[in-house]
Amino acid sequence: MTLLGQFALWTAFVLGLWCAIVGFSGRWRGRPDLTASVVRSVYAICAALLVAAACLWKALATHDFNVEYVWAYTSRNLPTYYIISAFWAGQKGSLLFWAVVLSVFAAAAQALSSRRYSELLPYVAAVTSSVVAFFVSVMIFAANPFARMAVTPLDGRGLNPQLQNVGMTIHPPMLYLGYISITIPFAFAVAALLSRKLDTGWIHAIRKWTLVSWLFLAIGITLGMWWAYVELGWGGYWAWDPVENASLLPWLTMTAFLHSVMIQEKRGMLKRWNLGLIVGTFMLSIFGTFITRSGVIASVHSFTQSNVGYFFLAFLILSGAFGFTLLYTRWHLLEAEVHLESMVSREAAFLFNNLLFVGIAFSVLWGTLFPIISELVRGTKITVGPPFFNRVNVPLGLLLLALTGIGPLIAWRKASTANLRRQFTGPLAAAGVTAAALLASGMRDFYALLALTLAGFVAATIVQEFFRGVRARHRMHGESIPVAFVRLVARNRRRYGGYIVHVAILIYCVGFAGMAFKREREATLKPGQSVELASPYGHVYRFTHVGISQYQALNRVVSAATVQIARDGKPEGVMTSEKRQHFTIENGEKLPSFEPSTEVAIRSDLREDLYIVFAGPVNGTEEAVYRFTINPLVWWIWFGGFVLAFGGVITMWPGDGGVSPNRARRAQAGYGVTLVGTGEPS
Amino acid sequence: MNNPSPTGRRAFLRSAGLSVAATLGAAYAAAAAQVPGTLPGSGANGSLGDPAAAGRPQAPTTDRDNDAAVQTIEKRLRCTCGCTLDVYTCRTTDFTCTSSPQLHREVLQLRESGMDGQQIVDAFVAKYGEQALMAPKPQGFNLAGYLVPGALVTTAGLVMLWILGRRRLVPASERAPIPVDATPEELARLRDALADGDS
Repeated sequence: MTLLGQFALWTAFVLGLWCAIVGFSGRWRGRPDLTASVVRSVYAICAALLVAAACLWKALATHDFNVEYVWAYTSRNLPTYYIISAFWAGQKGSLLFWAVVLSVFAAAAQALSSRRYSELLPYVAAVTSSVVAFFVSVMIFAANPFARMAVTPLDGRGLNPQLQNVGMTIHPPMLYLGYISITIPFAFAVAALLSRKLDTGWIHAIRKWTLVSWLFLAIGITLGMWWAYVELGWGGYWAWDPVENASLLPWLTMTAFLHSVMIQEKRGMLKRWNLGLIVGTFMLSIFGTFITRSGVIASVHSFTQSNVGYFFLAFLILSGAFGFTLLYTRWHLLEAEVHLESMVSREAAFLFNNLLFVGIAFSVLWGTLFPIISELVRGTKITVGPPFFNRVNVPLGLLLLALTGIGPLIAWRKASTANLRRQFTGPLAAAGVTAAALLASGMRDFYALLALTLAGFVAATIVQEFFRGVRARHRMHGESIPVAFVRLVARNRRRYGGYIVHVAILIYCVGFAGMAFKREREATLKPGQSVELASPYGHVYRFTHVGISQYQALNRVVSAATVQIARDGKPEGVMTSEKRQHFTIENGEKLPSFEPSTEVAIRSDLREDLYIVFAGPVNGTEEAVYRFTINPLVWWIWFGGFVLAFGGVITMWPGDGGVSPNRARRAQAGYGVTLVGTGEPS
Repeated sequence: MNNPSPTGRRAFLRSAGLSVAATLGAAYAAAAAQVPGTLPGSGANGSLGDPAAAGRPQAPTTDRDNDAAVQTIEKRLRCTCGCTLDVYTCRTTDFTCTSSPQLHREVLQLRESGMDGQQIVDAFVAKYGEQALMAPKPQGFNLAGYLVPGALVTTAGLVMLWILGRRRLVPASERAPIPVDATPEELARLRDALADGDS
């Protein structure tokens, strides 16, 4: 099967090169025979890579330990679902996964895109095939997942215990789907630039693809946070690690694009900026891959160091030079159709929102690279950790949070004083009430106070938007309130789906602010001994060590330390944290395969998480060392992830929302209507 | 055919009594030899069957481990094990690191010698280099790290304002109304709807 896999990789590589060369030249020379061939080749590349993926999965499933990748990441006693996820657990397999998914996206872009964009599609095929060919070339020449070993071991090394978690079966694919699908908007942007078809057509073609990337990346990042929280045992979910930062960067620039593209669609402005954002986002996705796979910056999430980093660095430089040079050559074709009419307008608010998104992205990139810059300039190695990122980014983030509320309140083109008064009175009052309530409850942490006050403000703006929309439908159509609500969202999916996403961001902010009130302590307890810890809400938790039991399960020996919980003297059941010693069996002997790993005990509710880590025994007895942590409001972050996914799905749901062409035309005209008698724009 | 000598009732009872006593004695000896308290919740401090499988052996924690001042210092110092975490987080994460407990002991020793937080941090920088800090000191070239992002955002914002301010904004009176294919009644409904839901 590995021979077939190798053959499939070479086939995909040759077809990718063919597509890349002929796609550009065929479209440029106006040869429909060549462009048709290119589009067909995209499907063939996809088929070849699917065959390669099937071959690797077959090798994994049949424990073919002669394949170096199978030996390095699986073992005979590894549960089946982790054998499936081992496909993307290592450098080589994840490269194949990347190439396969990209080829599927490339084929879908050809199959699903409207024929309106048929002039762009050959170029799109050429760009996507170039990227696929690059990834396949990395596999063929530097990181071959089908490489065989000189001898066949009886068993594999097994999968790193920290990757044996349900989060790791879905977090990497989600993140990859986000990273990979960015290639499609980039391909359409390049196609629009090459073909000089720079009207709003290409924007419509890529908006949903960008939303798909944005959503997958957001879900992937949230799942990564969840995995870090439940699996790594440090009691947090975001450490500003370079690899974490690398996933955040394209998400930030894509979010900027999703806002600024509205200005291009509605007003014909920011064309250069939007194309720059798309090209930049693609660069950042490749940069993230480079960081993760090169080992150039220390990270706990990196793959093993290898020479594939050079491939990615070269590709990053070449594709960046190509994209930005192309943009520069078409600069004169990208004049704005209208100019900004007022600084007090939604367009201006979106401009500043974009400035902040890109500013935060820059500060994250700058902080990630600053150790390298410092070493180059001063010859001194430094560390840039969470204190740096929090100090630089928290103020920018709070400004952005404020704009999340301000932007939707301001009218397009120009807001009048009356409009501002009508829109801002309620939300500002809500912010005041929130701040007063928080101060009265004794909260004094400045940033947490500010974040929650702004969250109150933004929440009020969203409620106001929904309230007015529902009331308008209720009055105009006589619909009941629930029906009016559902139809309001269903017929304005993009706008109200966006508001739901804003709600999700608020929920995240509430969760993040909660970490300012974290409580923790270490304790060594013999069976029957207790320790107390006060929660930020004033409750006192009592943790009583029950004992440690040891047993064997699947591929590991488990040492389970059990703690009895009581809150304010009332029993709340037991929690169990584990140490797991994974093993492989050689010649009938159990051999430890990794360091013992920790399984954290977590009890989560709306207010706080109890987070217990069993550190280990004292002198081989049942006397145990624990870390007890109370993390407030963490549940809200995971809930925010669900809300964000829900809002994202509503926003990208296909169809026009049931708006008739006539009504759509009138609605569009409405943007330019000067209402008789008011003298103000609508 | 040999008749076995019949066992007397007394002899039978004596041997049965001895057997029962021996069994009970053996059971008691076995129970005494067994490690007590291996069942959860027994209250005794039993031994683990496989201590190596339960993680690295731990030293009992002390009040100094929970000293907030010590934790604050350790959160400013980076662990040298190759992770990207601070000393406190690393030594309390998974509890498998061998470097962070050593660094923790160094912090405690320096604190016992009478140093305050900043002096301990400085001592670490002197020993391990600037890399020992979780964030670079905001001085010299490092200031660029802290100030460049904020300065760029501020400058870009000001430049944006300047450029937009130089442009002649189109006054509302010069904007020609776009002809709309709608009846006056429809326009009136549009106006009402906008009054309710405009944003």
